[in-house]
Amino acid sequence: MSDSSSITINGNKFSFDSGETLLDVAVRNHIDIPTLCHLKGATPTGACRVCVVEVEGAKSLVESCATPASNDMIIQTESPKVIASRKMTLQLLLSSGNHNCAIRGSDSGDWTDFQIRVQQEDGSTDLCPAWGDCRLQDLAYRYQVSGDHYPGDEDLSPMERVNPFIIRDFSRCILCGKCVAACNEIQVNEAIDFGYRGASTKIITAGDRPLKDSDCVFCGECIQVCPVAALVEKDARYDARPWDLKKVKTTCTYCGVGCQILLHVKDNRVIKVTGVEDAEPNFGSLCVKGRFGFHFIHSPERLTSPLIKENGEFREASWEEAIGLVAEKLTHIRDSSGPDSIGVLTSARISNEENYIAQKFTRAVLKTNNIDHCARL
Amino acid sequence: MAGLAAAFGSGAMTNTIGDIAEADVFLATGTNTTENHPVLSSFVKRAVKFNNAKLIVVDPRRIKLTEHAEMFLRPNLGTDVAWINSLMHVIIKEDLYDKKFVDTRTNGFEELKKIVEKFTPDFVESITGILSEDIIAAAKMYAGAEKGCILYCMGITQHTTGTDNVKSLANLAMLCGNLGIRGGGVNPLRGQNNVQGACDMSGLPNVFTGYQPVTNKDFLKKHEEKWGVTGMSDQPGLTVTAMVPKAHDGEIKAIYIIGENPLVSDPDLNHAEECLSRLDLLVVQDIFLTETAKMADVVFPSVCFAEKDGTFSNTERRVQRIRKAVEPPGEAKDDWWITCEIAKRMGYDMTYENAEEIFKEISELTPSYGGINYPRIEHEGIHWPCPDENHPGTPILHIGQFPIGKGNFHAIDYIPPAEKTDDEYPLYLTTGRVIYHYHTGTMTRKTAGLNERSPESFVEISSDDAAAYNLEDGTIVNIASRRGRIKARVAVSEKAVNGTVFIPFHFAEAAANKLTNAALDPVSSIPEYKVCAVKVES
Repeated sequence: MSDSSSITINGNKFSFDSGETLLDVAVRNHIDIPTLCHLKGATPTGACRVCVVEVEGAKSLVESCATPASNDMIIQTESPKVIASRKMTLQLLLSSGNHNCAIRGSDSGDWTDFQIRVQQEDGSTDLCPAWGDCRLQDLAYRYQVSGDHYPGDEDLSPMERVNPFIIRDFSRCILCGKCVAACNEIQVNEAIDFGYRGASTKIITAGDRPLKDSDCVFCGECIQVCPVAALVEKDARYDARPWDLKKVKTTCTYCGVGCQILLHVKDNRVIKVTGVEDAEPNFGSLCVKGRFGFHFIHSPERLTSPLIKENGEFREASWEEAIGLVAEKLTHIRDSSGPDSIGVLTSARISNEENYIAQKFTRAVLKTNNIDHCARL
Repeated sequence: MAGLAAAFGSGAMTNTIGDIAEADVFLATGTNTTENHPVLSSFVKRAVKFNNAKLIVVDPRRIKLTEHAEMFLRPNLGTDVAWINSLMHVIIKEDLYDKKFVDTRTNGFEELKKIVEKFTPDFVESITGILSEDIIAAAKMYAGAEKGCILYCMGITQHTTGTDNVKSLANLAMLCGNLGIRGGGVNPLRGQNNVQGACDMSGLPNVFTGYQPVTNKDFLKKHEEKWGVTGMSDQPGLTVTAMVPKAHDGEIKAIYIIGENPLVSDPDLNHAEECLSRLDLLVVQDIFLTETAKMADVVFPSVCFAEKDGTFSNTERRVQRIRKAVEPPGEAKDDWWITCEIAKRMGYDMTYENAEEIFKEISELTPSYGGINYPRIEHEGIHWPCPDENHPGTPILHIGQFPIGKGNFHAIDYIPPAEKTDDEYPLYLTTGRVIYHYHTGTMTRKTAGLNERSPESFVEISSDDAAAYNLEDGTIVNIASRRGRIKARVAVSEKAVNGTVFIPFHFAEAAANKLTNAALDPVSSIPEYKVCAVKVES
């Protein structure tokens, strides 16, 4: 392929590399083609049909995520034909399940029978837990469609709540397959896949057992990629809408991989944790500890005051008193028994800055090199 | 890390996590990667599933990773030097080694060749229990790699021969020219978020930051001048495994412990507890009243990672930011603030406005961190060594040459583990972690969901051994070693090999380390957590 390989998108020419899809070229050039099923790093499936575009000379619309760019293609991403197709696709998706955001018929100002039924099924007085953080809802607004156009599906599978971390709400699943790709192609835990056929299609574990009895190790990658409310953190479900949350980027505190995480904070509490998707080393992936093991932060067992032991019992003390006592005793032991009678154990859990200060204190103030940490243990 | 430092001049993961994707053969040994480093394990699994990379797992336990492996070798506990030497025996004998690399970049090949000569696959089968044909096949597979990646963890280091084991892996990688290339390397996976940083920041008795020896007069002088003090010690201090026993003899009178829980993590816990009880002063600084903190004379409440700014250095030497997201509970304070306040009361002024100001001082004193600052790592971290602000960092170590010039082969003979089974203690015990918990469990056991998945300790045992010792799956049994006893629930599992049981060490109420042996590796002072003799009784 020559260096001058190019395609035209919405009237503008763009070069491309061999192997790039139409969606790749568009994303690279900041052209917004919506998609519900595309997952970076995984094989394109073309499952959702939202990313269709019009290619001049082609008989029908093509899925941009699964169509390789080839020289001189002329593409329209928002032509009337494309928009009509997306509207129909979205209407079908919205009517396929319990998508009870205001999108679905709220002209009268009252909640519809449908919305009330969904709330009863969900045991909540709120609208869908993904309200405000849902790709399907975003697109319904963008293309001004509702689920009223088609009759809703009956016989939706019941919600799975029996594991401690993940709620699987099949009534809101749009079968985009991102969770399947995340589990099989990103984390390679191979716990879930498409099951059954036709209208009965459902995302299942081997034998359609609950996650807790499957190969699932609760990394939660499926929740992170789910575009709707089919997979939600059990703990954070209905806890907070995205605009209530402050997101703080930091580094996970568990193993040495150093995954980049976002702490989602509301009212000085960490509500949930997600992976940072655009940064090394983890590109959004986390494990069960990193994603769900944050409750120690707000544990009532946290120490909140300096403690001094007297007659075998601890009593609370001021910083002034506790630090004064330790400084006095360390000084006495250093000066009477020698610097090497004192040892310091620092930690693989605290920061570089804190380790630095601990060793500076040991060497410059205590005047000993008796400092170590638990790397050996 | 002493093993790698002796071989290459630098004791850290040679390659990066992202790099793993490019390997065509993996040798993973002593690492239960899917449970202890789950996200990193995905890189390995993806390479196997989508890039046709081949995975060799060498581990006594049938860990989850073996499901992705082309070859699974199951050595007897503590026989690592023997099988690694045998791989090299085959590779040299069949002329499969990288002669150019060996000639131009290494010292000591003749001595290595001589020592591995006796480690024939047949001889090693008798030591390790690995079939000789499997040894030959694994040797050919690793030697045939264009980019061979070695991954290891505590299953290699927590032995009396841990340093020897690591040197042996370094030998193997050098022999096949797998250093200084993408997708290759010798990669120790760090189990705790900032082990690398704690070492880099000289939470070690023999070096200043960036591994500058305390015995070197120039380094000592540089630090005294920067810190404005005189009379610092030029003698290496005590390791944790020496410090705690010396408390027993009264040589150590005070210990200041920051964020550690040695009363669950130390070997031979009963003895460790006795040692600490004899101190004149025990100060513990932590976020919880841990088993160790309960013994303290003074406890300081500190803040956790979500409540502070700073940096961690991950297993691939990448220095990354942590950021304050929430306010700490009560009067809890930053660890550095607490230590600085003690210093001030002892007459030495240590005042910093924030963590960034401390980091600047670190950069000034530490050549490998010299070019790293907070603005540069705002979005993504940088791999040290990074000597100046225009340097991009060093994702792959040892390209072209080692920091010590040529790499050193070490001729290493096999030494059996320190403790043997006998009639009274007929089973071997090995310890480790499960995916749902972390280290001594002080953090993960505060999440109800993690406890639901993994509520209590267990003793994993093969069905044959369970039958032989009359142990019923799911019942509580006693496990005893020459040092202590605990209770745990029997878990009959295909993961276990006959003759060896496994117990996780997260659970203080059934602390596996009451059983373990405090025998140490003579170089690294790492205890032999991975092998001791026990009996299991219903």
